[in-house]
Amino acid sequence: MTLVAEQASVSRIMFQVLAALVPAVAVYVWYFGPVILVQLGLASAAALLSEAVMLRLRSYPVEPFLRDGSALVTAWLIALSFPPLAPWWLTVTATVFAIVVAKHLYGGLGNNLFNPAMVGYAVAIISFPLQMTRWSAPTALAAVPLGFAEQVAYVFGGGLPAGLGLDAVTLATPLDTLKTHLALGEAAGDIMKMPVFGFLGGEGGEILALAYIVGGIWLWRQRVITWHVPVMFIATVAVLAAAFHAANPAQYAGAPLHLAGGATMIGAFFILTDPVSSPTTPRGKLIYAGGAGFLTYVIRVWGGYPDGVAFATLLMNLAAPMIELHTQPRVYGQRDSGRSGGGKP
Amino acid sequence: MRKLHSFSGGIHPPEHKEQSTREPIAQASLASRLIVPLQQHMGAVGDPLVRKGQRVLKGQPLAAAAGAFSAATHAPTSGMVSALELHPAPHPSGLLALCAVIEPDGEDRWTEHSPLDWRNADPQATLARLRDGGVVGLGGAVFPTAVKARGNGRPVDTLIINGGECEPYITCDDMLMRERAPEISRGIEILQRLTGAREVVVGIEDNKPEAVAAMEAACGASAIPIQVEPVPTLYPAGGEKQLIKVITGREVPSRGLPAEVGVVCFNVATVYAVYRAVELGEPMVSRVVTVTGNVHAPRNFECLLGTPVGELAALAGPCVDTDGFIMGGPLMGFPLPSDAVPVVKATNCVIASSEALFPKPPPPMPCIRCGRCAEACPAGLQPMDLYWFAKAHNLAKAEEFSLFDCIECGCCDYVCPSHIPLVQYYKFAKGEIRTLAQEKETADRARRRHEFRQYRQDREKQERAARLASRAPGAKKAPATPEALAESQEAE
Ligand code: SF4
Ligand code: SF4
Repeated sequence: MTLVAEQASVSRIMFQVLAALVPAVAVYVWYFGPVILVQLGLASAAALLSEAVMLRLRSYPVEPFLRDGSALVTAWLIALSFPPLAPWWLTVTATVFAIVVAKHLYGGLGNNLFNPAMVGYAVAIISFPLQMTRWSAPTALAAVPLGFAEQVAYVFGGGLPAGLGLDAVTLATPLDTLKTHLALGEAAGDIMKMPVFGFLGGEGGEILALAYIVGGIWLWRQRVITWHVPVMFIATVAVLAAAFHAANPAQYAGAPLHLAGGATMIGAFFILTDPVSSPTTPRGKLIYAGGAGFLTYVIRVWGGYPDGVAFATLLMNLAAPMIELHTQPRVYGQRDSGRSGGGKP
Repeated sequence: MRKLHSFSGGIHPPEHKEQSTREPIAQASLASRLIVPLQQHMGAVGDPLVRKGQRVLKGQPLAAAAGAFSAATHAPTSGMVSALELHPAPHPSGLLALCAVIEPDGEDRWTEHSPLDWRNADPQATLARLRDGGVVGLGGAVFPTAVKARGNGRPVDTLIINGGECEPYITCDDMLMRERAPEISRGIEILQRLTGAREVVVGIEDNKPEAVAAMEAACGASAIPIQVEPVPTLYPAGGEKQLIKVITGREVPSRGLPAEVGVVCFNVATVYAVYRAVELGEPMVSRVVTVTGNVHAPRNFECLLGTPVGELAALAGPCVDTDGFIMGGPLMGFPLPSDAVPVVKATNCVIASSEALFPKPPPPMPCIRCGRCAEACPAGLQPMDLYWFAKAHNLAKAEEFSLFDCIECGCCDYVCPSHIPLVQYYKFAKGEIRTLAQEKETADRARRRHEFRQYRQDREKQERAARLASRAPGAKKAPATPEALAESQEAE
């Protein structure tokens, strides 16, 4: 051990990530109401509790590992990628699954092959597609805006106020709306005149995207993430969207919707940049992010799910060790990278 | 100004160099006894030339150089050899080494000096002087200077003088350059003549403006063209491979020598020792050592080799809460097992440590693959992978992933947010691999010998049978076979 060291720790990094998410949380509260705070609380409590139980079962010291903050990051990413009106048991189940199965059964902090938050998301959307696509409408667009108390009541299983149907308070996401209406044979350009699309990528959504970018750039300045993954991922999605849009504007939405809508920005800066489940080599990161961008677009446009970031992430997680293996940088004094093995054995 | 290059990675640790550069180099007082390890260099070590109870003069050889790849060791002062015994050497594992213990007589009387007129002397004589004068690389590797100055038998076009001194706290080379630049430039001239290099460049980190100025003045007055080049301050710019890259853009081949790319590199303190050994005829008996850290008066001392670290550190007044001493810097140095170990040729710095100065790091966490270590690694390695392999005891993989290109600089440790003692794992794995290779070598030799014996016995049996069969009057004795000759060699 060297006698001097940089002021750095795992918890510091994780809390920096949480701090970088705060602007997005604020925007969320502003546009979709404070119920997101309840979701964040639920997920955090579930994550910390299951983390503690798993550490205990695996006879790890509970306290230092609880304090590392990694469970909270997983929890927040789950809460932020779920519909704000998701029932409480769905958020909790997904979080517990993420921590227990995706994280601890794979060996705990630093050893998980898959991004735990995305595993939680995938499990939820496969098992409960209905609940996962009921996005609460932005306060400004809802036919009848729900008060905070009513939102909370709904999350905890209470019904809606008398006389209100679910459709009055929820809306499909812009990406989802686009897909449904395209299937009905409408032209993309017309569909996107609907109010839910807002200015670029969805009422509220575009500001949210901006908040993720702000947090992400701060993380980059703090040296928590490098530029490779966000830049490459965003560029790939943008280029694909622009190319298809240029070829057939009636069928394909342009780059702005794909960038500002859905989980593009949280994916670019907060999900795909998870160090544990992504490659560590610079070239590897570029390939990884490029692949994720491609898959995200493909799943969004041709797949059966409203968004593609989660599945794209999980698929690229699988490929990460292989990518890392073949992108080893050149070592000082060696002609080429010349090595054949690599990654997590 | 030449075009400088850069190496990948590197870190900017706090320097802590100002404390020990406020005062000029002081002469350390004579210690109560000197403990001189007979081997203070890489390579073979000669038999002791002195007996217990013998009186010696300052500069008298204690052990001669044994062969070409070696260097001599000398008595640092006049006095009596009170013992030849095993003594803890300055080594992280507290290894014991054969040492001559000298009780000084206080007179510090030299043997006769024999300056060498190197400009007119045969280069071989100059090289022999370096070897017999005990001059070795003082930057840490203690490689015999005479061997290096021959370019390891390869033509050399660039001579680089390393005044990088990039590790925090250490200032001995800085002070040496500030105060003794003219002598260093004479040493450079000697080495230029020995290596035949066309180009001579002194690389100094740009955080040492006084040293740069002093060296520029001295080198400007030299008979040969010597460039003084400030290089950007970035640890480990003073690492030999990194400095060569920065100055020439060339990379020393993996597991190879700088001479393979036409470069040879000497540390400034080594160059100064060359000057003393050749022009003054003084063998190497002292060096400048930085004493700093948890002491009241940090500064540099010209210190006799063999001085116990505790006695040297006492001159700078260790604070009461001092809990040990580090030899070297805070990144590559190691804690000493006791303060009785002596200063040796490789000792550039002694740091008094305390809990307040170097707090114990928090317990290590698992690697989160954040990649900071890879960003910082000046060798372009993926330290987290090496760590993974070393920890899993997958030595073959570690080697395949270039473990031996690791220069043990500690950059990865420095940045790791999980506080993993990475270098410790690498050192251990390297040791394991070397041990295994040695065991394999021994086993192979035994197996070859065994196979040969088997073969020979079979052969003899056949021959005997053949002889019996052909036993006829007048049959000649079998001639000596090549196998028999080989066997006699094998037995040697
Ligand atoms: S710096 Fe430490 S935690 Fe980060 S990848 Fe390297 S070894 Fe792992
Ligand atoms: S100690 Fe080795 S692995 Fe670590 S940074 Fe230095 S060269 Fe790279």
